[in-house]
Amino acid sequence: MATVTSQTIQTSAVDAKAEAAVQMIDVHKWYGEFHVLRDIKLNVRRGERIVICGPSGSGKSTMIRCINRLEEHQKGRIIVDGIELTNDLKRIDEVRRDVGMVFQHFNLFPHLTILENCTLAPIWVKKMAKKEAEEVAMHYLTRVKIPEQANKYPGQLSGGQQQRVAIARSLCMSPKIMLFDEPTSALDPEMVKEVLDTMVGLAEEGMTMLCVTHEMGFARQVADRVIFMDYGQIVEMNTPDEFFKNPQHERTKLFLSQILH
Amino acid sequence: MSTAVDMPRFVRAQQVEALPPPSLTRGPIAWVRENLFSGPFNTLLTLVVFYLLYISVPPLLNFLFIDAVWSGADRAACRADMGGSETGACWAFVREKLSYFTYGSYTVSERWRVDVFFALLALGVGWLLWLKAPRRDLGAVYFFWLFPVVSYILLTGGNADFSGRFWIGFLIFGALLIALFAFIAALLKTSLRPALIIGGGIVAVIGITLVLMDMDFGLEHVPTSLWGGILVTLLVATVGIVVSLPFGILLALGRRSKLPVVRMASVIFIEFVRGVPLITVLIMANTMLPLFLPGDITVDRLLRPLIGTALFSSAYMAEVVRGGLQAMPKGQYEGAMSLGLNYPQMMILIILPQALRIVIPGIVNTFIGLFKDTSLVAIVGIFDVVKTIEASRIDPNWAAPTIGMTGYAFAALFYFIFCFGMSRYSLGVERRLAAGQKR
Repeated sequence: MATVTSQTIQTSAVDAKAEAAVQMIDVHKWYGEFHVLRDIKLNVRRGERIVICGPSGSGKSTMIRCINRLEEHQKGRIIVDGIELTNDLKRIDEVRRDVGMVFQHFNLFPHLTILENCTLAPIWVKKMAKKEAEEVAMHYLTRVKIPEQANKYPGQLSGGQQQRVAIARSLCMSPKIMLFDEPTSALDPEMVKEVLDTMVGLAEEGMTMLCVTHEMGFARQVADRVIFMDYGQIVEMNTPDEFFKNPQHERTKLFLSQILH
Repeated sequence: MSTAVDMPRFVRAQQVEALPPPSLTRGPIAWVRENLFSGPFNTLLTLVVFYLLYISVPPLLNFLFIDAVWSGADRAACRADMGGSETGACWAFVREKLSYFTYGSYTVSERWRVDVFFALLALGVGWLLWLKAPRRDLGAVYFFWLFPVVSYILLTGGNADFSGRFWIGFLIFGALLIALFAFIAALLKTSLRPALIIGGGIVAVIGITLVLMDMDFGLEHVPTSLWGGILVTLLVATVGIVVSLPFGILLALGRRSKLPVVRMASVIFIEFVRGVPLITVLIMANTMLPLFLPGDITVDRLLRPLIGTALFSSAYMAEVVRGGLQAMPKGQYEGAMSLGLNYPQMMILIILPQALRIVIPGIVNTFIGLFKDTSLVAIVGIFDVVKTIEASRIDPNWAAPTIGMTGYAFAALFYFIFCFGMSRYSLGVERRLAAGQKR
């Protein structure tokens, strides 16, 4: 874990292409001996919606977790919204402020009410006044259609409601980029739709989104590009139409034949 | 496909009403049958327990209440050969000695100061422990700063009379502390201003505290060698409890730190202190602490065991807290980090409130253990409650067969009230915090 990318001093602004939300340049990562990410090259434009799929263990979660530095990459460069990710804690915090993330298991804070979950980061990170933060939170809770649950605790909500709260919590920080790490995988079948609808709404508003999911209907509906990963590499990347109709790589064909019935 | 064999097709036409559960298991007789005599083995156990209660409780009640001597001026009341009764507890002895048990040898004319201290302590504890109390933030300032300073002045008489050299030393220390904060800020590449404000604030608070300690309020000086009894026990226990929790939390965080130096220091401290009996820690604090310090600095003889017990319980507390931190799912850290919270915010707002809640039973366990362990300070010549009882027991004025037992019964009652109180309070808090926050 000790090896660190060499370029720590170079300023990020130079590299920032105005339209690039995320740039991953030849990114590699290892867990001990295990090479999880291999030579990842990815450019995400602003407002672009990207769906990432692949078998489990293919490195797709690890890849998007590198974007807000929940995982550290060991080789290559990652530039998020013009800020290069290095060991500099201040820059990492800056990036995290602008990148929202939604997890498979929601990761709501069980000791805080829904409203407190949503206002915590705006108050402490953005130094927003409590009243204003609550207004913002109620705005987004209304948008994900659960304003009436604001004073309950996460444990009292269904999985789908919790995941919508998690989305609202991220939106309260007005992020420029949203990362979704299998947001519907832990949900009961009846609740998948309410979460997907929320995400579609977000996509329609032009949010930059990177989404690890196996919801192919969602990919077809909103994605600008679909990425297929295996063995830590990007195997295929294409528009959804081409990706589903005309997969090029053998591995992609096999994968799609498994999940599309 | 339906599971009912004779019903291949089924569509529910009506909702089944919710019914109350059957009432076969209600009423006292049902309760007795189910809980006391549910089988031959349990019946036997119940009878044995009743027999044990029968042979132990009545004599105890006889001794403590029925045959007890409640009043009397000296040993005559509690000696059969001098016309008294010696089959029951000699409460007259406790009544006579109660002020000694409470204050030790504290100057009699100044004992009102100890009473004020008890009242202030009760106020602070009540303010902090009553969860719905108004302005608990002010309560914290009161309890952790104002109350200790006022208590120090009240109990010792204040007027510490610091030398000029001391103040120069303090100024140098203050400057170093502020510089340290600035250095850490530079190291973490955060802005300098908050670091300077925090550093300056800490130095200012310490400075004001020292000035107050130095001031002459016209109170007579009472040396700590005169303190004793409940005063000392509560003092040692309170300081131990108040120091051990934050210090234990820091040690627990240190032990999980990614920085090898911090981790090693925490591990060495915890393992060393835990690996040594408290008596050894106390004796070391008493005899070795002065050896480590320069010759002209003396540490008060009450302060030494105070530091010893506080450090000792911190090590235990650290492991309890670490248990709670270990139980926190990784997702909570990730959720907090992904929102941009920094490490202190994440720990204070997200991780510790949940982790500490998980380990409330363990924390209270440590507190109760600490409270009772305070009786060990007697080993280094401090007169805590038990030691004052020991000393009174051999008073020739009260030489009677039941004196020892009565004294220890009083000690047991004293410790039980406090420990049971802590236990019940923590159960209440657990129940309150559990409401509505199930994971």
